[in-house]
Amino acid sequence: MNWSYPVDPYWMVALKALLVVVGLLTAFAFMTLIERRLLARFQVRMGPNRVGPFGLLQPLADAIKSIFKEDIVVAQADRFLFVLAPLISVVFALLAFGLIPFGPPGSFFGYQPWVINLDLGILYLFAVSELAVYGIFLSGWASGSKYSLLGSLRSSASLISYELGLGLALLAPVLLVGSLNLNDIVNWQKENGWLFLYAFPAFLVYLIASMAEAARTPFDLPEAEQELVGGYHTEYSSIKWALFQMAEYIHFITASALIPTLFLGGWTMPVLEVPYLWMFLKIAFFLFLFIWIRATWFRLRYDQLLRFGWGFLFPVALLWFLVTALVVALDLPRTYLLYLSALSFLALLGAVLYTPKPARKGGGA
Amino acid sequence: MTLKALAQSLGITLKYLFSKPVTVPYPDAPVALKPRFHGRHVLTRHPNGLEKCIGCSLCAAACPAYAIYVEPAENDPENPVSAGERYAKVYEINMLRCIFCGLCEEACPTGAIVLGYDFEMADYQYSDLIYGKEDMLVDVMGTKPQRREAKMTGKPVKVGYVVPYVRPELEGFRAPTEGGKK
Repeated sequence: MNWSYPVDPYWMVALKALLVVVGLLTAFAFMTLIERRLLARFQVRMGPNRVGPFGLLQPLADAIKSIFKEDIVVAQADRFLFVLAPLISVVFALLAFGLIPFGPPGSFFGYQPWVINLDLGILYLFAVSELAVYGIFLSGWASGSKYSLLGSLRSSASLISYELGLGLALLAPVLLVGSLNLNDIVNWQKENGWLFLYAFPAFLVYLIASMAEAARTPFDLPEAEQELVGGYHTEYSSIKWALFQMAEYIHFITASALIPTLFLGGWTMPVLEVPYLWMFLKIAFFLFLFIWIRATWFRLRYDQLLRFGWGFLFPVALLWFLVTALVVALDLPRTYLLYLSALSFLALLGAVLYTPKPARKGGGA
Repeated sequence: MTLKALAQSLGITLKYLFSKPVTVPYPDAPVALKPRFHGRHVLTRHPNGLEKCIGCSLCAAACPAYAIYVEPAENDPENPVSAGERYAKVYEINMLRCIFCGLCEEACPTGAIVLGYDFEMADYQYSDLIYGKEDMLVDVMGTKPQRREAKMTGKPVKVGYVVPYVRPELEGFRAPTEGGKK
């Protein structure tokens, strides 16, 4: 537990922060294209391919469109909060990414491949992602519209509910590693094996909850068009609307980067260790997984969403946290957790393979 | 809804990810039409080159949209235009009114008017959408705007469709077939 991390000069930190912001915004632009192309291929369509080769200039065209569209501020809106809300969303979405390590110390041209190295890393992550709820909630409040208000209430309720599962799921690895620092967590995994082997249920809960945090498909209630028009951003147009989209995609990318960092060894790999490569591959895998799920599954109803969050994810996370706490407190061998993880994996496999007879109620076909 | 079904559904979508898109990239690639597609009308000829149309106006009578105007004239016995006593001096179809129902084809006693395959007729002026004999006889390839563009650019007329074969009623009509030959 005593890894030491060199500290960069301030100018380098600022430069890397700029790099992360620019990189994330570019990644956002191209993720919109990649997602649309992939969704199209999942639906046996072609997707946007008219602007530039393979539609590569589509994000640029979209950006020009968003910026030059008419920017409406509704008459009933609280003007100050109405403008502030998308900014809050984007800023707090951007803040979370800087903690994630992309390689061993010194692998970024002799500097560190992370922006800041916080000992309270995970706590900071939670603080920042909770603050992003303000953007959503304020946007619904300031719009002066019922649809917006309902959408923002839904959003904040689901975000806060799933944040509980998310937090509890993370406590298990934190207990095992004994540190909140993301670098420590990655290094621990390098020495002892990836954390999802030790905490498979927590990994699963975290995966599902981060889908809800990024408002991705099974949990994309804030944007249930059929019910809510556009959710919390109903009254937003032009670049302000684009900022909300940006925040959402950045949450999506950050979630895809955090899952491998916390549970799948981050930038490490048992064989062929190349800095950056594995991290980017793992991020790409989770981005693809989320898009795949979006192309396949349906959206949960609001009550189903909350019931699933409180009634399943939260207890599972709590149970696993207690098990891990017991093992750590009594100083039992950590291999117990490996066995229990494998057992829970088998249980999941069994649940996937098990088909109960459909229970028919009443008459009819 | 079981977990098994959820997992299976992922497999199904993954299978579709690697299948070929069904989209026809239309202006870049031709649309595959059926042989009996109802498109722009074609005025056919007998194998000896005489027009089949005898100017009887039955098509105009049958037309539910009143899109057809026929003005007959007596054939010159020395130098006949059609195979009958009379021929159509003026034969116009207003493509803005036409509903492409094909009743004119049903009504025609000589099989002179047959619905072809051209559908790219969008144009800028009402008057350009009235097609005369010179726009519909069998040897004409393409629609008015297509032929106008071909004349301007000096390239041959490029039509946006392909058919498996040309149906026999469209005697002598040249259309791109799926075998690649015109």
